Amino acid sequence: MIRNLFKKNNEHEDLPIFWQNYAQSFEEKLPEKISEVRFIIFDTETTGFDFNEDRILSIGAVRIENQSIEISDNFEVFLDQTKFNPETVKIHGIIKNERFEKITEFEALKKFLNYIQNSVLVAHHAGFDIKMVNKALNRNNLPKLKNKVLDTAVLYRNTRIITNFIDRDKVYSLDEIAEAYNIDLIDRHTASGDAYITAIIFLKLLGRIKNKKELNLKDLMKIKN
Amino acid sequence: MTNSIASRIADFLSGFPPFSLLERTYLDLIANEVKVMYFEQGRTIFAKDEKVHNYFYIVQKGAVDLQKLDDNKEPETIDKCDEGDIFGLRPMFAKENYQINAITDEESVIYAIPLEVFKPYAISNPHVGNFLMESFASNTRNPYSNEHRGKLIADEEDITFKKEALFELQPIPIIKKMVTASSETSIQEAAILMSKRKVGSVIVVEDDKPVGIVTDVDFRESIATGKLPIQNPISEVMNSPVICYSKGLTIAQAQLTMMKHNINHICITKDGTPNTKVKGIVSEHDIIVSQGNNPAVLMKAINRASSTKKLKRIRNKIMILLNGYLKSNIPLTHISNIIFELNDATIKRTIQRCIEKMNEPAPANFAWMSLGSQGRKEQLLHTDQDNALVFEDVPKEKLEETRAYFLKLATKVTKRLNIIGYEFCPAEMMARNPKYCLSLSEWKEQFSQWVTTSGNDEILLCQIFFDFDISYGDVKLTNSLSDHIFDILKGNRNFLNRLAAQALRNPSPLGFFRQFLVEQDGEKKDLFDIKKRGIMPLTDAARLLILEHRVKNISNTSERFDKLAQLEPNNKEIYQACAYSSRALIKFRTKQGLKHKDNGRFINLEDLGKEDKIKLKRCFKTIKEIQELIKIRFETTYYL
Repeated sequence: MIRNLFKKNNEHEDLPIFWQNYAQSFEEKLPEKISEVRFIIFDTETTGFDFNEDRILSIGAVRIENQSIEISDNFEVFLDQTKFNPETVKIHGIIKNERFEKITEFEALKKFLNYIQNSVLVAHHAGFDIKMVNKALNRNNLPKLKNKVLDTAVLYRNTRIITNFIDRDKVYSLDEIAEAYNIDLIDRHTASGDAYITAIIFLKLLGRIKNKKELNLKDLMKIKN
Repeated sequence: MTNSIASRIADFLSGFPPFSLLERTYLDLIANEVKVMYFEQGRTIFAKDEKVHNYFYIVQKGAVDLQKLDDNKEPETIDKCDEGDIFGLRPMFAKENYQINAITDEESVIYAIPLEVFKPYAISNPHVGNFLMESFASNTRNPYSNEHRGKLIADEEDITFKKEALFELQPIPIIKKMVTASSETSIQEAAILMSKRKVGSVIVVEDDKPVGIVTDVDFRESIATGKLPIQNPISEVMNSPVICYSKGLTIAQAQLTMMKHNINHICITKDGTPNTKVKGIVSEHDIIVSQGNNPAVLMKAINRASSTKKLKRIRNKIMILLNGYLKSNIPLTHISNIIFELNDATIKRTIQRCIEKMNEPAPANFAWMSLGSQGRKEQLLHTDQDNALVFEDVPKEKLEETRAYFLKLATKVTKRLNIIGYEFCPAEMMARNPKYCLSLSEWKEQFSQWVTTSGNDEILLCQIFFDFDISYGDVKLTNSLSDHIFDILKGNRNFLNRLAAQALRNPSPLGFFRQFLVEQDGEKKDLFDIKKRGIMPLTDAARLLILEHRVKNISNTSERFDKLAQLEPNNKEIYQACAYSSRALIKFRTKQGLKHKDNGRFINLEDLGKEDKIKLKRCFKTIKEIQELIKIRFETTYYL
């Protein structure tokens, strides 16, 4: 037992410093009050939907603290592409030799982990983005993400009233929610643009989910399908 | 690192002064440091006496009320900021604490601009500095708007923003450049002068003192009829003596005076008598034109509005009007009628504009139906939009194509109504839902099915859809639908009994010890739900009884009770009490909603004074009585 604990502590020893820093940040307990929690709302653009074949093209993220987004603290990286899928270019518009400064997958992950630390991650259909990042981590011999995750698609469905007159199992797209919340769709299908739209949706969701006078992180994490 | 979000923020800022005065490179730098803040409705961004922030603010989406506290410490709105308006400039110029409150009037996204980043540009660019200085000094957030708005966008001028005091108590607008003539002037000369200056009256003066007044009416009555030749002096047609007042006159006084003397002009003199110098003139026409919050003017503005944004602004003015009416205790029936008409006009105008936006004309006749509170003419505050669409029967092969057109139209309309302030119906009971965008025979079939199946869901749907009111389109369609409802209900006692059982599902909200029943759990714990426990039981009861009597085309709850009082003289008293209670509860809810900037549905009982509590209890006693009546009349026990 003790050996196991001991082993766990040393588990990351051979991993790069940035990972160790990242892992260490989780020793700090997350605040309970929503207004004090650091949320990172992120989105990935990928070459496709195959977790093994496809690759991340870019990651965009914004930070929410106390119901506000600091624009200067946005996160945006474009990755070197080893794979090219002309089909998805139609959607995200990132082509192989574009003007963006590109970095390696490893560099991008390093920057991303430094940025997120122990924040609560938020994404629309978060399962997909998390898995894409985890696959990339795996390719670079790194363990999986350790963060708590919230999915705006799930949260949104939960704000819908319980009635037989609507289909509660409907899966809502980012566009549908943006339409319902009257959010302008700018820069749709860029990682940063989608992350920003998701962030605004997330803020509006927090306003609507309030069950009690003070919403706690714990309550939020309990919202499941 | 690139920052494409910042560049979108810069795009937004570039559309509004003072940012529009800055070069793009600076704007990008500023945008990069912006803080995007989200506020729910009714949240304080900053409050009076609070230490100034390191930011000033611009509204990206939503609306913010700037309030100062009046003598009674009651907040009064001095300005309203919407998209692109800046506020909170105090820290730019002064170190003292904020002097006003800034509170979100609706859910808002606000950009906070850090002073540290912005100030250098404000100092280096004199235009920017001047703009901010003027904004701050005049306390109007946007000096361009007041001076130039009218010139740039002509039709916004006719609805000036009137704050606070009911319009009638405001001082009268006086025209100082009146036309005067001496008493020897000929009738013809005077007429020429009037047409040249485009006025309806001329004051006849001697030594600058008014001796008479001639108006258009006099020309019609005395000259056009041939009574007097046009060469005669003006003094022969003038009205004398002139009704004079001094300039402190309020609009209400002016209107009364005009009514009393049957005149439409009042002369303003230095001391209010005809013995001093003429200072100006007040005409009935000018009063009407200047009446920013006059329903007639708002109506005109709605019908002329060329954008959804303008309609939204007009809606805000309607709310001010509503507030004023409630404060001055005008009867609710009167208020409801006016607000209903204005809401109705807003919906009509929106639909009209959306039809224009469709690439082709409607493929068939249709009617837009408002359901629920708007259908019952009881919607005073912004509540959810519930609507449906019926179109005339088309050949089978055209049906889906036709529906597709109307669904597209309905999507446009509901989206715009949402922007104006009608929240989407959370249960998707809207015309854009394929389930509620049907042809006439589909609707008939649907109603028949609801009435015959009548499970709990179907009963609920009937309760919602039976209170419809046509908002736009072909009234033949909705009439045919009403006829159908009465046809299928004929002899269907079973359905009425079920409806009766539903009407009793929310019992009178007084507990055994005459205490209020409040919500037991959830986010509204310990609050009193006036809609569910007060308004709905009455609405349900009225609908049931009026259906039983087969009375068509009355959908308003209190009107229904008034009608019932006529139909059943032996129950007259209880029905009248219901009609009264229904109005009282709606008024109560509306006042609460305006006070708390929400839909007024949930009431904190601790906020209520003793008098209000007694009033509410009296209403609830009525609910109990009407429910007893229903219990006896219908066989509800079977379903309860």
